[in-house]
Order: sequence, then structure tokens, then C-alpha cells
Amino acid sequence: MGAGFVPKSRTVAVRIRVAHLYPDYLNIYADRGNIAVLARRAGWRGHDLDVTALSIRDSFRPGDHDLFYVGGGQDREQALVAADLAAKSELLREAVDRGAAVLAVCGGYQLLGRSYRDRDGRELAGVGLLPLTTVAGERRMIGDVLLECAWAGRTLAGFENHAGRTILDDGAEPLGRVVSGFGNDGASGFEGCRVGRAIGTYLHGPLLPRNPWFADWVLAQALAHAGGGEPPELAPLPDDLERDAHEVAARRARERGGRF
Amino acid sequence: MRAPLRLEIAAARAVAALSRLSGRGGGTTVPGKLLWKLDPGAIDRLAARLPQGSVLVSATNGKTTTATMAAEILRPRMSLAHNDSGANLVSGVASTLLRSDGAELGLFEVDEGALPEVASRVRPRALCLGNLFRDQLDRYGELELIAERWRGVVDALPGVRLALNGDDPQLGALAQGRKALVFGLDDPRRARPSLQHAADSKYCVACGTPYEYAAAYIGHLGDYRCPACGLARPPLDVRGRDVELHGLESVAFTLVTASGDRRVRLRVPGLYNVYNALAAAALTLALDVPLDEVVAGLERFAPAFGRFERIRVGERTLLMLLIKNPAGANEAVRTLVEGRRPRLAVIALNDAIADGKDVSWIWDVDFEPLLDGLERVIATGDRAAELALRCKYAGFEPERIELIPSLERALDRGLAATEPGGELPILPTYTAMLALRKLVARRGHVRQYWERAA
Repeated sequence: MGAGFVPKSRTVAVRIRVAHLYPDYLNIYADRGNIAVLARRAGWRGHDLDVTALSIRDSFRPGDHDLFYVGGGQDREQALVAADLAAKSELLREAVDRGAAVLAVCGGYQLLGRSYRDRDGRELAGVGLLPLTTVAGERRMIGDVLLECAWAGRTLAGFENHAGRTILDDGAEPLGRVVSGFGNDGASGFEGCRVGRAIGTYLHGPLLPRNPWFADWVLAQALAHAGGGEPPELAPLPDDLERDAHEVAARRARERGGRF
Repeated sequence: MRAPLRLEIAAARAVAALSRLSGRGGGTTVPGKLLWKLDPGAIDRLAARLPQGSVLVSATNGKTTTATMAAEILRPRMSLAHNDSGANLVSGVASTLLRSDGAELGLFEVDEGALPEVASRVRPRALCLGNLFRDQLDRYGELELIAERWRGVVDALPGVRLALNGDDPQLGALAQGRKALVFGLDDPRRARPSLQHAADSKYCVACGTPYEYAAAYIGHLGDYRCPACGLARPPLDVRGRDVELHGLESVAFTLVTASGDRRVRLRVPGLYNVYNALAAAALTLALDVPLDEVVAGLERFAPAFGRFERIRVGERTLLMLLIKNPAGANEAVRTLVEGRRPRLAVIALNDAIADGKDVSWIWDVDFEPLLDGLERVIATGDRAAELALRCKYAGFEPERIELIPSLERALDRGLAATEPGGELPILPTYTAMLALRKLVARRGHVRQYWERAA
């Protein structure tokens, strides 16, 4: 139990059910840090995070989970899970139709698109949840990233490391505009993809510790599904350390964010 | 017309001397870089001049310690050109070769990414490969790529004597169908109850099925077997048995080889140092060094540059434990916690190229066993704020986190908070370690690394 900052007075405790997809395969970018942040911030508001690992051949029912999290891995690990994830596609799409939230980082982001073309030219089917495709590229896009998210009036600071170039469909919403960094494909000037309560992004770092507004946004989406209403306003937390870390990361991005 | 090698060497050495005089580092890589730019082939020719050729040591964790242990073993029999300050890219090897007049054998630790280039130029007669872990993902992209390139290195050196860590599935695979001295641990009492989070090679290199472990020692290192296709750890030629851990002071084990068994007591602690010792033993045994000399060398070895190094500062001692990646940091934490649970620790996180620009790895380190026993933690370095968050989300109360980005102020604060006669553990990343050593050296407490006797 961490130190409690906010009295639990009027909050009705909610059990937020998180499905962590393939945590043993897709975990190369400190994804457990994201889960830890969600768990603590939920706890400080009086809620509980209940994380279930869903791995190869594990099934679930739409409605079982409020938030799906899927991280990134090496090419090899991604190839090992791609078929299984594709087999879960229908269930995932139905869960999302019913209002479940999704946070997909890096490899997970790619696999949630319509398709992924690897270095040998083979086309792998994605989940078809996000309106995008990805093509494996020659050059890796590595570096600090700073995004402006106009839809939230906030910035996101992270770190990207991907050879895949992700192309959004016409009309698809990105996560944010690139201030520094490569973004989805090193050309479009945008990063990530946002559809309702589903977010895909190349940003790790991990993403949530130094972007507390976004961690809370994700939590609020999950709470909306759990409670059946609109995303609630969460009690503010003393996020001084988080703000410091965000500032440092943002500065890094401006200084040395990726460029070809 | 290219200048004769003599002139190039003279020019590069002049640069080295200037570099030292101007106080800018030990000149351990600048002259090498210069030489390399003037004439890349000079490295090949300098290496070819060594009467006994060269041996290379590479690994994600333990290169410096393994190479220094091997140097200690070999020192009595021949003079070495050894990059003992840890400059392990091509330029660092070049610099060492520049200073190699009179040396008989080259002994180089080499960065995992630089191994292909160095090996193709130096053409070593022996190669020691210790382990592959996730490290500095922003530099390499993927561990698998390095494994592939290492395979290429071995293929391109048909006569090379290999010493391989069989406990690492990637390296055990390299041993298949090749002549090699395979080393590993054989002490299931030291195994972990389950596979650590920092296990980076969990899936069978042949068929992708998760390995089963009879004993998992550190990360993915251990006695593994694929339940589907049967791929398993190769038989061990050099093994470590009956390991006794003595806190922060030392570790003892029985070295088991084809020429006999010997009890070895190292002057450094931790299970990971048994692996380093096995690596150095396998490498030098592959060079036909008698077993007694191997043991004598291992027992003479004192902590290498920044790795569990003790530095006296007035009435207190700094205990410097370099951290670079989850697997290595876990071992530093484990050894600290099993030795003497400290109440105060300093963690220093930089993100320069040599540290890794991507700091996400600190979230994959199991800091919790250390944090659980600390009263206070001092977070310092360029990314101190990220460290502070790591501690906060581990459940550490923010009031007990001291966020002091300035290394100098953090050092002073840590020392002030340590009792006279006490030890202050510091866990720095690479450039933070260099900066801290420089700070302490300026105050007269440790010789600059380029002043150490050869």
C-alpha cells in the first residue's frame, strides 16, 4: 500500500478490471511501469486495479474487462503472438464496441491496426481495431518525442524506438502533433492514433509516469466502462515529481528529438 | 600517399599526451579515434604486430570484470595490451594498440555492438562471450540482432578458440557444432524460485516455445531445456559448484574443469562475479594456462573500475555499483540487500549516449527489495526526476525521496548523512560513475584512472 494522498471519503470504490495482453512476450519497454502507475493512481482515488494476464490461447468475454493494455516486443516475440492476437480480434472489437478502453504501445499499437507488412514483405493480419497499417521500414526511428494533444490541451513526452512506419487512414485521429521526434512515419508530423476510448502510440518511456494527465484520462475511460456512465472527474493528486519529470523529458525532446 | 604507420602513431600519441595535460580525460579514446580516421587499416596492422595475437571478451554484463580477471591471470606470463579503463569501442581498442609497444598479447573487452568490427580487424585467436541481455535498446534496437551478428563473428573466425557461457540460451546455441569451452553454473541451491522479469531470452531459439528451467540463476541464465524440441544447455566443460556468498565482501566456489577441481575465493561479492570468474577461467584455460595459475589470478583480482569499487572519502567509504541494464542492476541490488541492508542509498541516472538515452529500463529493474529497507533515497543525475518517479510508484513515500539532480551536491548530502566509518552505496549509470570518480579524485581520494599502475 502506498501513502494515501486523498481521503477516500465520498468515492465509491470501483474494481477496475485490466487485461494485460501477452505480458510475458510483449514487455520490452517497461510496460509494467505503466501498469504500476495505473494501479497506484487508481488506489489513491480509492479504487482497485485488478490485472489479469491474457496470453496465448487464453480467452475472455467482452464485458469482462474495462481496459486492455498491450505493450511492445522484439520482432520475434511479436511474430509469436500475432496469430493469437488476430484470433482474438472479434472478441476485442466487441469489447471495445461495448465501451472498453484500450492502451496499446509500440508493437501492440502496430498489431491493433488492419495489417502489418514485415521486412520480408509478408502481410500479417492485425486486429482491425485502429484505422491504420504499418510497413516495416529500413531505418529505425529512435529518440525523445514531444507531442501536442490539441484534443486535451496538453503535451505528451516519451521515447520512440521503431522501424515500422505507421500510416493512418484518411480521417483517422492521431494521438498528437509532433513537436519533436519522428512520430508515426517520420513524415506526417503526427503520432499515434485515437479512436474513442482506444489509444495506440509508439511512445514509451514508459508513457504514463511522466504524463499524469494522460494516465488519469486512461483511468477515467476505464472507470466509465466499469461504472456504465461518463468518464468521471478524478480528484487531483500532488504531481510535482511527475511535472518535473515531464519537463525534463520535454526539454530532452526539444534538444535531441529524432530527426532523419 | 598515405603517411607511414610510424608517423600516424606519433601524431596520435601526441594527441593523447595533449589530452591528458589539458585534463580532458585520460586520452583513452581520442587518439584512437584520430588514428582510425587517418587510416582505419592501422588497427589491423598494429594488432598483427602483437607476437601472441589478441583475445577478445564481450558480453552485455561483466566484460570489464571478466577481462580484468583474465588480465590478472595472464600478467605473470606475458605483457599485455589491455583496455583496462573500459574504453571498449573500436576507438578504445585502437588507443590501446597505440600504447602497445612491447606488449606480447592483446586483451580487449569489446562492446557487444562493436564486436563484429573489432573482430574482423584484430582477428583474435580466442574469444570469450559472456551473456546477452537487453541493454541500451536505443542503440541496438534488438537483442536478437546482436546475437545474429555474433554468430557472424564466430563464423568468420574458423580457428578461433571459443569460451562460451552455456547458461545463456543464445550462446549455448552458438556452441552447437563448434569446438568451444562451455562454462556455466551448477548449484541449484543458488537458483531463483522463478524466472526473473529481466529474463530477455525466454523463448527457444529454434522453435519459440518457452524454456523450462531446472535452475534459473540470473535473468535467463541457467539450466534450460525446450520442452518441445529438446534444445537444451550444452554440457559444461568448466563449471562452478558449491557457491558460498559472503555478503558484500566475497564469494567462494569450486571451479570444476577437465584438469581438476579447485576451491576459489574471490575478493568481490555476488553470484554474477562467479559467472565472470568462470568466463575468465574458460578463456585462459582455452589459452592453455595451467589451472593453478588460473586460480591464483582469480584470487588476486581486486574490484574493477566502478564495479563494486570501494573509495575511501575521509572517514567514510563510497561503495560504487555501476548499473547499466535491468539484469545487471538486479544483481547489484540483490548483492547489496543480501549483504548489508543499507538505510541510505544514492541512485544516479544519466542519459548520455554511453548510459543509454532511453531511460525506460529503470522501470524493469527490481529496485523494490532495496527500497523496502531504505529510510531515504537520494535520486540524482540528469534524469533524477524519472528516478524519483520510479521510487514513488514503487510505494516509496515522496517525502523520503531527496531529488538532487546535481551529482556533487548529492554526493555531499549522501556523505553527510553517512556515519563516520560507514559505507554509502551509490548506484550510478556509466557517465555518472565517471563524473563521481572525477569529483572524488579532484578532492584527492582516488587516483585518476589513467594514473593507475599498469
